[in-house]
Amino acid sequence: MKKWLVYSLLILFSLLFLAPFYWMVITALKPPEEVVTYPPQWFPSKLNWSNFVEGWQKQPFTTYLINSTIVTLLATLGALISSSLVAYGFARFRFRGREFLFMVLLATMMIPWEVTMIPLYMEFNWLGWINTLKPLIVPAWFGAPFYIFLLRQFILTIPRELDDAARIDGASSFQIYFRIILPLCTPALILVAVFQMLACWNDYLGPLIFLNDMSTYTLTLGLGQFMGARDAVDTSSLMAVTVLISLPPMLIFFFAQRYIVENLTGAGLK
Amino acid sequence: MKKGRHLRHGRGAITPYLFILPWLFGFLAFTFGPMLFSLVISFFDWPVVGEVSFVGVDNYVTMFTDDPLFWTSLWITVKFALLFVPLNMLIALMLALLLNQKVRLTGLFRSVFYLPSVISLVSLSMIWAWVYHGEFGILNYALSLIGIEGPDWLNDESWAMVAMVLASLWGQGSMVLIFLAGLKSIPTELYEAAAIDGAGAVRTFFRITLPLLSPTILFNLITTIISAFQTLVLAMTLTGGGPLQSTYFYAMYAYDNAFKYFKMGYSAANSWFMFLIILTLTLLVFKSSALWVFYESEVKKEEAA
Repeated sequence: MKKWLVYSLLILFSLLFLAPFYWMVITALKPPEEVVTYPPQWFPSKLNWSNFVEGWQKQPFTTYLINSTIVTLLATLGALISSSLVAYGFARFRFRGREFLFMVLLATMMIPWEVTMIPLYMEFNWLGWINTLKPLIVPAWFGAPFYIFLLRQFILTIPRELDDAARIDGASSFQIYFRIILPLCTPALILVAVFQMLACWNDYLGPLIFLNDMSTYTLTLGLGQFMGARDAVDTSSLMAVTVLISLPPMLIFFFAQRYIVENLTGAGLK
Repeated sequence: MKKGRHLRHGRGAITPYLFILPWLFGFLAFTFGPMLFSLVISFFDWPVVGEVSFVGVDNYVTMFTDDPLFWTSLWITVKFALLFVPLNMLIALMLALLLNQKVRLTGLFRSVFYLPSVISLVSLSMIWAWVYHGEFGILNYALSLIGIEGPDWLNDESWAMVAMVLASLWGQGSMVLIFLAGLKSIPTELYEAAAIDGAGAVRTFFRITLPLLSPTILFNLITTIISAFQTLVLAMTLTGGGPLQSTYFYAMYAYDNAFKYFKMGYSAANSWFMFLIILTLTLLVFKSSALWVFYESEVKKEEAA
């Protein structure tokens, strides 16, 4: 293919992909009266930073931010610890039923959330966890199939001689996991952390089902409810809040994109 | 020798089970248990408060014979899948092919295509609702520049579905990355050999690129089908199922039955039926893959023969 054609197409598509982002950011910065003009203004006459403050104050977004942060941090910590322990178990030991259990683990990746949605609601209701952040945090501490799979594949590439040497020096299995395997798994652990942080921060359905009380809302749920009232709220405030809520995942992506691009693609297919 | 000693150490001991215990427990408590329970309650009339009663296959019978909304929402979901799946595959493949060319800045372009998929679907809805705005939206303005008068996307029965498809396409960057990885794994010698034999670009694409990419196509096809049939959050937040239920997806129907009308048993039956559809489609695609998916090991066998 001609190079100029490739460049033109890539630039054209990039503009198409970026246009909605530009539209969001520029609307968030416009003075409200310039939002409802036709034809639309590409550049605002002045940058109205107060939209961010005003939008943020229209709902208890600070409370939501605290809830989102708690869920994201605790669920990510849980996913890292539990998934790496299980992955180490599957990668480094032979035991009765291993192949079968690993197959079950892979199969559970295909179960649609719809099938478990209602019973999980009933289960958490029975435990008295509805309207608390527990349903969003606790399950993450029991290993997620995709992360276990990813980490197991990674551990298999670490030479077993390292384990054996440590074992001769008298290290226990847990010490080998903690002192040798975990540090060597850092790139894979970063990838798991990134996926889990994005998933928790962006989750809408979980909070929607398990949280009814506004004091327990997460940011994504809060934004969804805020949007429900979009006719009553001015568009520049809506967009300002959307920008603020979308910033953390974008920052995570920029800092970790090397890991995402290299590992996501490899892991998806094997 | 070393390996043998290690194996003896591991076999029969309780240690390995201790390591996988978190997942074993989680699997039973949060996946397998709920799944079984969901199957059980699908045979019951199970309101949130009040009397629970066994009704056999009544929920399933009602669904098929006495609930027009079941068929409406199922058809809407199928319609969405028929539009979204091929478009998504084509666009992702095309972008990956472009990124696979020997040009500069591919890293930057790749990030641009992936960026929409890192934000939440709610943010995505927020942005697109404003892009689609009938009066002040940027899409209709762009269309007006080329002389087209755009519809009021989200309030127009025949265009709301198209709006759902377009917004979904925007958030599918990971598929581009997976295609790109598949393209990169095709050995360059094959292309060189084709060039020596005088094969043109089109022929090379159909004879080399597509066959060698087919395992990746299979993977992406299955993932896209599954995600299309489970579309929920975007419909909830972008169109709310409307206007006039023109985007009332099946997952939304099942969700409403459970959490709006509190018919837990009926909704569980809805969900199991969707599970069966997804399972059947996945199996069909897998079965058909024998005809069109091409594995490299087979090439090697042929070469050796």
